[in-house]
Amino acid sequence: MAERGTLRHAAKNWRVLMGGALLLALVIAAVFAKSLAPYDPLDQDLSAQLAPPDWHFAADAHPLGTDSLGRDVLSRLIYGSRVALTVALVAGILTALVGTALGLAAGFFGGWADTVISRAVDIWSSFPPVLLSIILVALIGTGLWSVVAAIVLIDWTRFCRVVRAETLKQRRLDYVDAAIVAGLTPGRILWREIVPNILPLALVLLTLEMGIAVVIEAILSFVGLSISSDAPSWGGMIAEGREVVHEAPWVLTGAMLVLLATVLGFNILGDGLKAELDPVLR
Amino acid sequence: MLARRILLRLLQSIPTLAGVAVLTFVLVRVVPGDPVAMMIPPGADDAAVARLYAMYGLDKTISQQFLIWAGQALGGNFGISITTRQAVTGLIFSRLPATLELVTVAAFVAVALGVAMAVIGTRFAGRAGEVVVDGITGFFLAVPDFLWGLAFIVVFGVLLPLLPISGRADPTQASGLSTEFTLIESFVRFRWGITTDVLAHMAMPAVALALPLAAMIARVLKSSLAEQMGQDYALLSRVKGFSRWHVILAEALRNAAIPTVSLTGVQVTFLVGGTVLIEKIFSYPGIGSLAIDAVINRDLPLIQGLILTFAVIFILINLALDLSYAALDPRLRHG
Repeated sequence: MAERGTLRHAAKNWRVLMGGALLLALVIAAVFAKSLAPYDPLDQDLSAQLAPPDWHFAADAHPLGTDSLGRDVLSRLIYGSRVALTVALVAGILTALVGTALGLAAGFFGGWADTVISRAVDIWSSFPPVLLSIILVALIGTGLWSVVAAIVLIDWTRFCRVVRAETLKQRRLDYVDAAIVAGLTPGRILWREIVPNILPLALVLLTLEMGIAVVIEAILSFVGLSISSDAPSWGGMIAEGREVVHEAPWVLTGAMLVLLATVLGFNILGDGLKAELDPVLR
Repeated sequence: MLARRILLRLLQSIPTLAGVAVLTFVLVRVVPGDPVAMMIPPGADDAAVARLYAMYGLDKTISQQFLIWAGQALGGNFGISITTRQAVTGLIFSRLPATLELVTVAAFVAVALGVAMAVIGTRFAGRAGEVVVDGITGFFLAVPDFLWGLAFIVVFGVLLPLLPISGRADPTQASGLSTEFTLIESFVRFRWGITTDVLAHMAMPAVALALPLAAMIARVLKSSLAEQMGQDYALLSRVKGFSRWHVILAEALRNAAIPTVSLTGVQVTFLVGGTVLIEKIFSYPGIGSLAIDAVINRDLPLIQGLILTFAVIFILINLALDLSYAALDPRLRHG
């Protein structure tokens, strides 16, 4: 029995480690893009259009090939991680804040606040998110901050739904009654007693949400609704790689693989954290 | 009884549709961006520009525009697409069958794969087989349909060129079919060469759409199967000597189905939403890729027509779902 428990514990840690390692690579690429990238991501070399990957480590080699304007794919992938990381952090955290605040309000205060918020969640969730995000960005205009706004507007329901249910559960526990008897104000109970108990759950959701945000940004870039197509972004590279997939499959493949690694990184980390933070599962 | 139920639900959906219609109309009008301005050639004189605005009815107030639009929409006329200059209704109907066939095939693949994974995972509960199934479902869930589609293009379209990566049918072959339901019609009319061609074009987009849904179905069905396998009747069957396979397939599966059916129904609406992107990736000529082009070109009449079309599809799926509960759960049939 003890042996099995240890094994399980190790497996969870292994997930946290692996997800963390993938994401650490993303952070390093984004922060040190300037020193890591062999070329300027915008430098065009029309004599080397769609050059295949070259592993000879010569000074002018393109390890992952070039795109149709002769721009270095590796450098564009590295710089593209900045867009991905920005969206993951900003959109992820804003979504978490909005969704968690509304979920706490609905679960803790109940009554009409709960009715209004829950109804909004139901209506929101009945729309397919991809369709909604495309329509939203088309409405509010393209660009990185519109994409962030669209992600927050669409995905706050993920947090709201779960946090509301958890708050309802916590609300009924004895420690909340004890706090009421002790004369704490509702705001203080919420902030000092309930929020700390919700936090682990919100953290897991946040990790997963960051992965979702990166995908939504890539999708909107792919469709041509995110940042301008010159600036390096993975979604933009995917769109371009799709056009030239027969002549130069490396453009699509490279962008797809880094996006895949990022999504898996957030998911594996999220699963690992869930297992670590959940006392029942542990 | 059944007819009354269907009628009641259809009547209930009218306010929803009206709400969607008003909302999309207003939203689309208040956004910045002028579709006519994009069509005006440089050097056009003011009178000609004004005539162009009048031609599309854009010189009237929003409420007037809505009344005109709603009146015509009730008669099935959604106006003329600004970019293609074809009637919106005709354009949507010529593209809708491709999407419906794609979604249907994807839903079948998802259900078949999901049920198979759930049953195998349950059969080998507590053993290596279950770990493998859980690992696969976790992976299918983590990777979105967008990435599945791209991965398929690279692997099965380019590295091992087995399947076509764009379109719906080989354009060099004249089909000679009279409807746009190419898959169904070619099958019924014994033109099986076309059927296999259409299926080959559909294989990658359909499976890309299906995998995440299959994983969701597998998870929910597996947990309700586990619950059913702990019930007395399942134990009794095992004691009587029936095999695990028999108990799962012939007894537990039916009882475990309801949560899965409700999940599948909700998720099929998301499958329809997912076609928007998947069709774009595979240049598949359905209403999804039409919607993306319409949004990018700010083709207002087309966007409105498409949003209403999606809304009608969602309402019909929910109706079908409601009725299937009654078929599955005898308790819901009376009352």
